[in-house]
Amino acid sequence: MRHEVIEKNIGLMAVLIFLVISIAGLVEIVPLFFQTDVHKPIKGLKPIPALELEGRDVYIKEGCHVCHTQMVRPLYAETKRYGPYSVIGESVYEHPFLWGSKRTGPDLARIGGRYSDDWHRIHLQSPRLLVPASKMPAYPWLQKIILNENQTEKKMKVLRKLGVPYTDKDMENASKTVKGKTEEDALVAYLQQLGLAYKKSQ
Amino acid sequence: MSSLLSIYIIFLVVLSIVGYSALIYFTRTVSPVENEDEGPHTFDGISELNEPLPLWWLWLFILTIIFGIFYLAFYPGLGKTKGYLDWTSHKECDEKVKVEDKLYQPIYASYSNMSVEDLSSNLKALKIGKSLFINNCFLCHGLDAKGGNGFPNLTNSKWLYGGAPNEIKMTITNGRKGRMPAYGSIVGSEQDIESTALYVLSLSNESESSDLTSKGKVKFSTICSACHGLNAKGNKFIGAPNLTDPQWIHGGSLENIKTTIKYGRNGVMPAHKDVLTKEQIHILTAYIFSLNKNL
Repeated sequence: MRHEVIEKNIGLMAVLIFLVISIAGLVEIVPLFFQTDVHKPIKGLKPIPALELEGRDVYIKEGCHVCHTQMVRPLYAETKRYGPYSVIGESVYEHPFLWGSKRTGPDLARIGGRYSDDWHRIHLQSPRLLVPASKMPAYPWLQKIILNENQTEKKMKVLRKLGVPYTDKDMENASKTVKGKTEEDALVAYLQQLGLAYKKSQ
Repeated sequence: MSSLLSIYIIFLVVLSIVGYSALIYFTRTVSPVENEDEGPHTFDGISELNEPLPLWWLWLFILTIIFGIFYLAFYPGLGKTKGYLDWTSHKECDEKVKVEDKLYQPIYASYSNMSVEDLSSNLKALKIGKSLFINNCFLCHGLDAKGGNGFPNLTNSKWLYGGAPNEIKMTITNGRKGRMPAYGSIVGSEQDIESTALYVLSLSNESESSDLTSKGKVKFSTICSACHGLNAKGNKFIGAPNLTDPQWIHGGSLENIKTTIKYGRNGVMPAHKDVLTKEQIHILTAYIFSLNKNL
């Protein structure tokens, strides 16, 4: 084989490299765009309400997804620890999804309702008060920052463009529900609904 | 998955397998250097040769291709085909859960026939109970079950919702929602709140009554007694705490009590009926019951 031809022709080499490495994407990613069962929501799944949506943005802003996953894998030990494994239909309204890829803290996909609101507040302000061995950082500023309620409706509109079925009524009341609430309120509300949609669908 | 999509995937997968095999086939021999005069490319005393692939590497490559073919035969990968084993990760997990449940079921079953009182002195059951506690309860109640600020101590025989086995079981299964409403505006001025708090404090520490505490007593009997009772002994049906013992959930300083009166408190015990099985709750109840036996 005359590989000199490729080695000395950088344009040709770039094209060939691109072709080779795109195979995996073409086989594993592209078909998902057209596969209907990965776009089908689980029974009764609703887009999350305004305050929870703001909480989700706080979750992203503070980088919670860097240390916490939101996906229980189908492994026996995980289902024993966290609850039933995650299914794709739970995430169809997630833009972007927050499955995460690394666990420094525990998985949060089934955290909703497991602890009280007050527990979450104390835990966010000072994790080691409740779990002495915890290495989670404290987030004391969350209770001081008031949310900007003027952005909520806009966020919902963008999500609607991406296919999340927010109704006009959802948007109408959005800024009213968010007004005056702190980031902590929103984050706790967001955490308390994680996994509930799945539980209801069963 | 539609068949078109399936064909598309099969085509690409087969294409890459054939492509890699072809690559090996065509590179198996090395063509001689065309221009003998130039020789191998040399720079700084290091020359670039055109040698065949090392044999170990070549065989590794061939083995991966063979592995790939077998993998596709046994596991899903070629579009819609499910593979010989008909394997999915969900199916594997569900089966493992079934096997493990069958393994543990007899152990749980033997304990579920015993009463909580009997179980609370059964060391083996208590060991299971302890690990259930560590996995589910310690985040709020603490590793030693002594609670913390806002979370009840489970070891001192002071119960908000009763300490009988069936009451503990009810608390774990269905959870509890205790609510002390914010009474700041109802009790009245800052001074009224202070005197009420002083009275509440005097209930448990035998301090001498003063003008202030007697004023507080009036407030207490008209407002607080509705839930806590006229004798301030609490009410286990709504989880109103006994105020005559020196055990405090939300802090027993004057400031803490004033805050409680002003802004109220929420005590939420989450329900565990979806998290734990009935048999597990039975054993956990025995464990918590056992923590209070020596008092």
